Amino acid sequence: MNAVFYLLAAITIAGGLAAILLKHLIHAALAVTVAFGGIALLFLQLDAQFVGFAQILVYIGAVAILIVFAILLTHGADLPEKGVFNKGWAAALVIAAAVFAVTGWAVLQSIDAVPQRNAAPVVSMHDVGNALVGRYVLPLEIVGLLLTAATIGAVIVAMHEKERSR
Amino acid sequence: MAATPFFANLDRIFILLRDWLVGFLPAAFRPAAGVLLAVIAIVCVFPGLFALTTIFERKGLGRMQNRLGPNRVGPFGLFQPVADGIKALIKEDIVPLSSNSLVHFLAPLTLVVAVFMEFAVLPMGRNMALVDMDAGLLFFFAMSASTELSVFMAGWSSRNKYSLLGAMRAIAQMISYEVVLVLSSVSVVMIAGSLSLTAIVDKQNHYTAGLPHWYIFTPWGCAAFVMFAIAATAETNRSPFDLPEGESELVAGYHTEYSGFKFALFFLGEYLAMFSVSGLGTTLFLGGWSAPLSVLNWVPSWIWFFGKVMMSIFVFIWMRGTLPRLRQDQLMNFAWKFVLPFTLLDLLVTALWRMLGPGWERWVFCSVILLVAYVLMGLGAGRRRHIGPRTYRYAE
Amino acid sequence: MTAFPSPLVGYLLVAAVLFAIGLAGALIRRNAIIVLISIELMLNSANLNLIAFWRFGPHSSALTGMMFAIFSIAVAAAEAAVGLGLVISIYRHTNTAELDKINRLKG
Repeated sequence: MNAVFYLLAAITIAGGLAAILLKHLIHAALAVTVAFGGIALLFLQLDAQFVGFAQILVYIGAVAILIVFAILLTHGADLPEKGVFNKGWAAALVIAAAVFAVTGWAVLQSIDAVPQRNAAPVVSMHDVGNALVGRYVLPLEIVGLLLTAATIGAVIVAMHEKERSR
Repeated sequence: MAATPFFANLDRIFILLRDWLVGFLPAAFRPAAGVLLAVIAIVCVFPGLFALTTIFERKGLGRMQNRLGPNRVGPFGLFQPVADGIKALIKEDIVPLSSNSLVHFLAPLTLVVAVFMEFAVLPMGRNMALVDMDAGLLFFFAMSASTELSVFMAGWSSRNKYSLLGAMRAIAQMISYEVVLVLSSVSVVMIAGSLSLTAIVDKQNHYTAGLPHWYIFTPWGCAAFVMFAIAATAETNRSPFDLPEGESELVAGYHTEYSGFKFALFFLGEYLAMFSVSGLGTTLFLGGWSAPLSVLNWVPSWIWFFGKVMMSIFVFIWMRGTLPRLRQDQLMNFAWKFVLPFTLLDLLVTALWRMLGPGWERWVFCSVILLVAYVLMGLGAGRRRHIGPRTYRYAE
Repeated sequence: MTAFPSPLVGYLLVAAVLFAIGLAGALIRRNAIIVLISIELMLNSANLNLIAFWRFGPHSSALTGMMFAIFSIAVAAAEAAVGLGLVISIYRHTNTAELDKINRLKG
């Protein structure tokens, strides 16, 4: 465990915390972008180059911009008068802490069963490409269909409706 | 295949220089020091080229518009960038009172950092890529996508409706043309079989009867290069796609509220993006650092690379001086209704090229398909459906 | 911080923390878009888990973890697009994006 991992973990967790705690929506969106960047760097640290760069390209380059556009279109910059947190925030925090406790306990309990391979896997882009059109061609096509349906669906859902006389 | 050892050494002169400088250090520090030296070289060379390009652009545009460019500072005005730099550094840094100062401060930084990272994977000469990544092209596009968010940060944090409008337009344009940029590069990846930019250049470094195997000299490559050039012009917000920062439309678009050094950083970021996307276009389509004729192989490879990049910059400047600016909806129409379908068709033609195998048939087939499609799409686009008030169903 | 028993445990704990943070955000905040951001955080933490197990587990040449993560990124992006489209559409009808005001079926 080296210092780089601790630094990246700190950046990611700080970004996530800022995203849920900041009052101003655009600041929260930028904080979650930092968290996305931190996770991309963690992927690169784990020798998953393709996924790391795809994470930057998709999340920072597209999803973050989508979030920011949605905030602007719903006038999120105006802060609500009753505060930004729910009424039952204490219960929510307890639930989240409980979930973390259970998962953390599960991870720490099963250290012996956890695989220990330490050598970096030698994966080239050729292998990724071959896997995508070889073994995983069905998920690839289905994801393509899903993305088409999602695009068309998002456009239709967010479209202005035609003026109908009621 | 250099003729004499002198030219072989000239080709490798930067590598030899780095090795000599690094040899002064103990062996443990040598790799890190080598990388640091290469980074320092990139950080010095490309802003230097930026300074040169500003003066070439102003004088070039001036000549195209039948006037002299700047000619007061230095011989033929060549020291103008020095004057501009000093002006940018000593200007007062005005930050609007109601702006988000942290985001306002970070926007130009994120832009310049993301754009500098793009230079890391470009092969600027034989063995002269800073990092030879297996997924170099994907890294380049990832960094290019990160610049869009900084444009938004600049436009939104200025608390100025013109800046926000300019930023929204710029982001919409950059996202649309990014798809085209990536798809036209995918054609090259299909034929070269690798995402690594050094491998792509190596594949183009062969000669038949003295002529090179650059991808622009193939039918699918020529079409893909034209689409790439259009998308590159739109990605870097250059004329004729510069409505987001059009001086006569929106003051200065998303960098209206920036003054002094931060404005210079935006300017630097835009020109560096132009350099890096020209470098990518050179690598993918124009053969990178390889010579145009096999008899010219003795000229050092980095001279060819930078020569081709400067030729692309000249074409950028030429387009700026010649073509009128496109309106925002014309620009988006053009992207989604013409350029993208043509790029998808070009992908099919590339696959056909590969499947047909070497021979004259594939040349004829692919050229005919592309020409017919271009003519048909052009005819279809030129025909007006109805003359009347323009209505938009999906984008209110 | 003490050293972890294995590097994998470190990554799994970071993923667990991120998941808990995302869950807390989805339950605490009133604005619909922040809830969507928190859901994206949860999906990211699951991806981190997948890649960590791919890296440290056996059979990493089968690329299963990597493929799973890539498809998860694609699906998450699609889901974010549709979710944000829904939020925009709801905002047009009810002029608010806060979840405790959109608690009636009659629009």
